[in-house]
Amino acid sequence: MNHNKDTRLHVTRRRVLAAGTAAVALSVVGHPQLALGAGLPDAETPVTVGLQINGRSHDLTVDPRTTLLDALREHLALTGTKKGCDQGQCGACTVIVNGQRINSCLTLAVMHAGDEVTTIEGLANGDELHPMQAAFVRHDGLQCGYCTPGQICSAVALLAEHKAGWPSYATADVATSPVLTEAEISERMSGNICRCSAYPNIVAAIRDVAEGSLG
Amino acid sequence: MKPFRYERASGIASACTSAAEPTAKFIAGGTNLLDLMKLQIETPAHLVDIGSLPLAEIEETAEGGLRVGTRVTNSALAADMRVRRLYPLLSQAILAGASTQLRNKATTGGNLLQRTRCPYFYDTTKPCNKRTPGAGCAAVGGLNRMNAVLGVSDDCIAAHGSDMAVAMAALDARVETVAADGATRTIPIDALYRPPGSTPHIETVLASGELIRSVVLPPPPPGRQLYRKVRDRASFAFALVSVAVVVAREDDRVRAARVAFGGISYKPWRSAEAEAALIGASVTQASFDAAGRAALRNARGYGYNDFKIPLARRTLRAVLSDATGVI
Repeated sequence: MNHNKDTRLHVTRRRVLAAGTAAVALSVVGHPQLALGAGLPDAETPVTVGLQINGRSHDLTVDPRTTLLDALREHLALTGTKKGCDQGQCGACTVIVNGQRINSCLTLAVMHAGDEVTTIEGLANGDELHPMQAAFVRHDGLQCGYCTPGQICSAVALLAEHKAGWPSYATADVATSPVLTEAEISERMSGNICRCSAYPNIVAAIRDVAEGSLG
Repeated sequence: MKPFRYERASGIASACTSAAEPTAKFIAGGTNLLDLMKLQIETPAHLVDIGSLPLAEIEETAEGGLRVGTRVTNSALAADMRVRRLYPLLSQAILAGASTQLRNKATTGGNLLQRTRCPYFYDTTKPCNKRTPGAGCAAVGGLNRMNAVLGVSDDCIAAHGSDMAVAMAALDARVETVAADGATRTIPIDALYRPPGSTPHIETVLASGELIRSVVLPPPPPGRQLYRKVRDRASFAFALVSVAVVVAREDDRVRAARVAFGGISYKPWRSAEAEAALIGASVTQASFDAAGRAALRNARGYGYNDFKIPLARRTLRAVLSDATGVI
């Protein structure tokens, strides 16, 4: 989807509408009810929202329809986050918002005023890879690589969820804090699809980091 | 997506007033609504974002249960230690649904109000009485293996997709709402959903601008709680059939039982018939089979979903066997 082109189209149409409205307004002077309708905010007026992305503040002015994913990719050129299905099923667009992983395709940028967003670009420390990135390289946890930014963001958040004691559907007794077995990792990563099916190596990479962080 | 006005609500009363316009919608997590807006199945002219409202707490009630704010995410509810200890059924059911990414966004109220995943509701090239009243139903006589077998009509055989709601139905949850005029009411979860009849586009009893503000869980009923979901793949798929039970035994008899099904109706399907058959019955597979027959007595298949009727009976037997230790 080409968002910039979209916006230009809307601006053009709004100008046409604005010109039309002005002509109508002249003809409805003395009709307060009609004039009231004209005073409502325009649905296509851009909205400004302040976000913290990878530790930096950004004020974005966007069409309210802009998803967080499109804001990252099209407005901030942070193209590490990928658009796969654009309907919350594949997980390629996974980012971490206020410490929790979400599908950035199924949320609007304007809903995230003041939120802290971490994308794949924000994980490394300069040239030093994040341990999860390094583990994916070490275990060959990818083939084509398109799903990988989402897989890695998801895996980083998974470890934090596990540390916080969250259960999963693979947890036999939900009142206990489960051990991060292979079955637990697979279940917790089910929101990230890999068309190349690098799953065994992805699970191995996550186990490696999880076990390393235990020691 | 069609253009819309975006409003971040600053208070409950003003949110309800704004959302009372017929073309307005509340948005919380947005995981279902935005998906449908991209397909132009939902085309609100005005979105009222309740993301800043103070409705994200889980608090203990005087009667010994929990009150869950509408904005509590599915993840937060499933991970709450009080829920995990008192209502393990609810944690299990929530964790059986969707993916962690979705559960981190999806909210309690939004989950209850999610719309059906009937493929013909999503396919805008096919007729659907939910999308366009009077257009007809492509699922009756279509590829309907995911559709409902109980409580539906020839105008709509869509199934409700929630796992969470099935557990809540078994737990006798109550929905607390506030309307645009400030009036509040409490609705038993079973009465929240309207049968499709000839008006399948009207899905709940809620009025325009009426906001679910919380869900109340009464103190847990006695007995072992268990949720089982049967689906096409091991994770991240909607239920073909799911079963929630709470069952208590005394010696060789069933002392108390709650039974609810998912995937087979327009709502989470609490089965009074199965419960009546179970209470006082011997703790045997024969009793569990009788309960299953009672529960599905009025079920009707539409071809590709005929299998759901025996599957629901067998899943109930398996869950009751697990919960009572019958082999």
